[in-house]
Amino acid sequence: MLADYSVLLISAILVNNFVLVQFLGLCPFMGVSNKLETAIGMSSATTFVLTLASICSWLTYEWLLVPLGLEYLRTISFILVIAVVVQFTEMVVRKTSPLLYKVLGVFLPLITTNCAVLGVALLNINKEHSFVESALYGFGAAAGFSLVLVLFAAMRERLAVADVPQPFQGPAIGMVTAGLMSLAFMGFAGLV
Amino acid sequence: MIELLSQHPFIAALGSLALLGLAFGSLLGFAAVKFKTEGDPIADQVEALLPQTQCGQCGYPGCRPYAEAIAQGDAINKCPPGGETTINALADLLDVEALPLDAEEESVPSVAYIREDECIGCTKCIQACPVDAIVGAAKHMHTVVASECTGCDLCVEPCPVDCIDMIPLPTTVQNWSWELPPSAEEAITEDLIATDRGNSGEDSKDRDQAA
Amino acid sequence: MRKIWDIHGGVHPPENKTQSLQRGIENAGIPPVLVHPLSQHIGAPAAPIVEVGQSVLKGQMIAEAKGFVSVPVHAASSGTVSAIEHREIPHPSGLLAPCIVIDTDGKDEWIELDPVDDYTALEKADLLHRIRDCGIAGMGGAGFPSAVKLSTRDDAVIDTLIINGTECEPYITADDMLMRERADQIIAGIKILQHLIQPTEQTLIGVEDNKPEGIAALRQAAEDSNIEIVVFPTKYPSGGEKQLIQILTGREVPSGGLPADVGIVCQNIGTTVAIHRAVQFGEPLISRITTVTGEACSAPGNFEVLLGTPVDYLLKLGGFNQQQCLRLVMGGPMMGFTLKDTSVPVVKTTNCLLAPTTEELPPPPPAQACIRCGLCAEACPVSLLPQQMYWFARGKEYEKLEDHNLFDCIECGACSYACPSNIPLVQYYRASKAEIRKQQQEKVKSEHAKARFEARQLRIEREEAEKEARRKARQEAAKKKAAAGKDPIKAAQEKAAAPAVDPAQAAIEKAMAKRSGEAPQESSEETLARLQKAVETAEKRLESASAKLKEAEAADAPNLGALQTAHERMTEKLAKAKEELQQHQQVSSGASDTNDPAAAAIARAQAARASKEDKSPLEKAQEQVASLEKRLTKSEQKLAEAKESGSDTAEVLEQSTAKLREKLDAARAELAQISESEAPVAAAASTNDPAQLAIEKAMAAREAAAKLSPEDKARKALESLEARVEKTRAKLAEAEESGADTVEVLRDTLAKLEDKLAEARKDAGVEG
Repeated sequence: MLADYSVLLISAILVNNFVLVQFLGLCPFMGVSNKLETAIGMSSATTFVLTLASICSWLTYEWLLVPLGLEYLRTISFILVIAVVVQFTEMVVRKTSPLLYKVLGVFLPLITTNCAVLGVALLNINKEHSFVESALYGFGAAAGFSLVLVLFAAMRERLAVADVPQPFQGPAIGMVTAGLMSLAFMGFAGLV
Repeated sequence: MIELLSQHPFIAALGSLALLGLAFGSLLGFAAVKFKTEGDPIADQVEALLPQTQCGQCGYPGCRPYAEAIAQGDAINKCPPGGETTINALADLLDVEALPLDAEEESVPSVAYIREDECIGCTKCIQACPVDAIVGAAKHMHTVVASECTGCDLCVEPCPVDCIDMIPLPTTVQNWSWELPPSAEEAITEDLIATDRGNSGEDSKDRDQAA
Repeated sequence: MRKIWDIHGGVHPPENKTQSLQRGIENAGIPPVLVHPLSQHIGAPAAPIVEVGQSVLKGQMIAEAKGFVSVPVHAASSGTVSAIEHREIPHPSGLLAPCIVIDTDGKDEWIELDPVDDYTALEKADLLHRIRDCGIAGMGGAGFPSAVKLSTRDDAVIDTLIINGTECEPYITADDMLMRERADQIIAGIKILQHLIQPTEQTLIGVEDNKPEGIAALRQAAEDSNIEIVVFPTKYPSGGEKQLIQILTGREVPSGGLPADVGIVCQNIGTTVAIHRAVQFGEPLISRITTVTGEACSAPGNFEVLLGTPVDYLLKLGGFNQQQCLRLVMGGPMMGFTLKDTSVPVVKTTNCLLAPTTEELPPPPPAQACIRCGLCAEACPVSLLPQQMYWFARGKEYEKLEDHNLFDCIECGACSYACPSNIPLVQYYRASKAEIRKQQQEKVKSEHAKARFEARQLRIEREEAEKEARRKARQEAAKKKAAAGKDPIKAAQEKAAAPAVDPAQAAIEKAMAKRSGEAPQESSEETLARLQKAVETAEKRLESASAKLKEAEAADAPNLGALQTAHERMTEKLAKAKEELQQHQQVSSGASDTNDPAAAAIARAQAARASKEDKSPLEKAQEQVASLEKRLTKSEQKLAEAKESGSDTAEVLEQSTAKLREKLDAARAELAQISESEAPVAAAASTNDPAQLAIEKAMAAREAAAKLSPEDKARKALESLEARVEKTRAKLAEAEESGADTVEVLRDTLAKLEDKLAEARKDAGVEG
């Protein structure tokens, strides 16, 4: 049992990393990785939202949609769930850390459209996860997202002061770096 | 009830979505009340970065109003006394693009100096000084307390006899500092190709610290 | 054999020490001019205490220390002060700084000295004072005032005294020669330091193993003492204070801390000798050993040179050849700086003058791009990340630099030396450090300015408030005066402005009532002021009484008892006064609102007056009369026309003409009255007011009313009501005929009037 869970977690974090392997959630990955501080803030917000959304959408599906035979409504109701969780997070962040709120700016509401969040919710259904499994899967996906976002932000911070050849300056070198990171994460494929 | 719903899936779909919406709406409503934010803590942080010369060159009457304006979304490049450093710090804080300064040039740190034999003792400059750095009485000569002067030049305008000068602070041994050396890449493109290494230029004399 | 630790990194530049070790220490003699900069140390510059033209003796103090971290300056030889002015000083900036210039007389006459035979008899503070007064600052390079460094806190236990004889920088041999020739003086100095610091465990002299002769001399001199000479392998920069401590004891001085934090005090060997001379002979610091070396010098060697000696004078002794030398360096090749001018003087920190040829020390080739080889990180003795800091320094990311412990950098230059791309790394760090310090200073300054700005805002606000309060008080006083002046006109003026149309009697009565209602209020305010004053004076008295009591207690005066009782009495009085005040405040707070309607009425009256002020009543009346006359003539014309044509409107017209005539008559009467009243009161501006008019009318009406009996009054009222009802009826009929939309309103008014009439009739009936 525990082994299954840990395999699920590791698979979500490293092997099937949502950003670098499944290419979900690339928008914040490129957008909020200019500064380490922002990246950490975004990571924690996303972790919170992803885990909570994963749990809420599972509950909505199993307790509301399945009994009523409304499985076909899952996408729209998941979007609803995610939007609400994001709104809620936004309010909390605004209250607890106004600066983080300001720094995250447009990206906080954009978690709503972070495809990783909807992806996790739908994958939970597809893979027929139990409640605990879907919570873990959501958390694992978020942890994987946070890991690569923070790593990438740290690299970009150093890239910012480095001598980058003119044609590669700016987002270009960021893309190259992301590609190299993705290649590196391919190396985890044999892990599980 | 269940039967009705199972017979009319359309109603069931509508009903369940409405139910979800209602539940979530009430949750958000609760959160909106519970996590209500008031005040503007950002303005405080912005104000801490401003140089507090109170010079009004930004178009606001003092640093605090400008800080509030920035928190409301005003441009961050309106502070000549702060210059590039302040703009960068603000850009960093607010995570916005650092803009070039909205003035011809960064104002050099300076102090006001009253040519005392020309002063007629009108006290106009005393009233203009935002930090009470000018002392004097009516019909008596005034003078600037240099250590308190922020160099905002607000006292220059009201002087009816133009006896106030802004004197740039001199560089002394105490406040002198090393300059950043020219960047390696610039130096290369300027006067050297790779095979030139070892051929020294005369101009590198000043950079002898390294060896 | 004691354990020797190693430091991280370090480099091994060519030593080049033998050139200057060929001869012993030579005396440089007395130059014709001595230049004494006021700031030769870290801390506040000294302040001159001599005047131009004054003759000074050798060893005389010519500038005194200003502040705690500062040392005085002494004349290095006898002569006359020829100038106190800005001169070039040995500083990397090449800037001018204030100096005292002495023209020497060659007599080299000493001032009377104050030697100490037995320093062990001296107090620690006395010793420190002596060291400070002799102007001793660290002679190893930084020039930190020695007395400050030696005055450790009493609670800090110092277990180890370390004497730094490392001299790790290439070319420099001043300390080496000192060890060879004056080992006994070094040991004597160390003994003084031991007495001063009382190290609980050990006293160590750290010397690199490239100075065997010096080590031998020291060993011999220290034979029968508890001083241990520790020899360790040569490596640059072992001579850094924190590095030496680590090598000798294995302890690391914490980041941002002092050696005293780990129980260690460290002094340079040259400083030790200076302290010895200062304490034992009373000699201030006026000379030092300076190495003159480099291939551009034909006779390199070490010179005992008077501080203030111009560098070119010293170089001449060393056989300096200007043609061969591209740049002249003060200090060593690693940490020294280029001199821009050879007229600068030798100062307390000048350990070496390096005059290399171009081949010997070529100018660094231009810096190339960083290849991220990491050699700098390997070389760094403080285990920093020079390469990372280089990028941050270039990107001006000062916060990151601080996070990477930029301020632990000792600027030894090992990273720059190791860099294959010739990047002047140290200069980046120096510039960044300076920038960070500048920002911190600006921050402090801006906080200060903000505090002052806010204090000013507060003051201005307070002044405004005070002004407002004063204005209010004045207003209040004026009102009081007006009310107390028993001016029925003024009182009525208040009333007249009110929109009430009550009979005049009632108006005046009301105004009177208001005034009398105000009267106690006024007096209550007075009491309030009086009570407040009483409390204040009581407080003041109490204060002075307690002050006196305290004094008496301190002095144990005989009148203590009396004072105590007096004090008690005062306290009681104050309490009573406060109580009274409070009571009164409670009472008057209830009464205070009676004041308001009167004030409101005044305000309204003033407003009304202001709006009508531009036209005097006389003019108005005249205008009215004129317009009425016009209308009358017009209507008479119309009437005549109607009669001629026999139209049915003739009747109506006749009526309105009659009405107009009536009105005109009334207006004329009014005009007459006004012009009458205008004459006597023309002087007073307020008589033009409608208010004044109203008052007069009211008074007239009152007088008339007073003459009438109540029955008459009732009858009159009845009559007027009947007239009004009649009029209204006529109007209503007219309106109904023409179908005007005022019919409704008129009907209402009529009904009301009829009601009133009925009431009045009843009243009259009862009374009659």
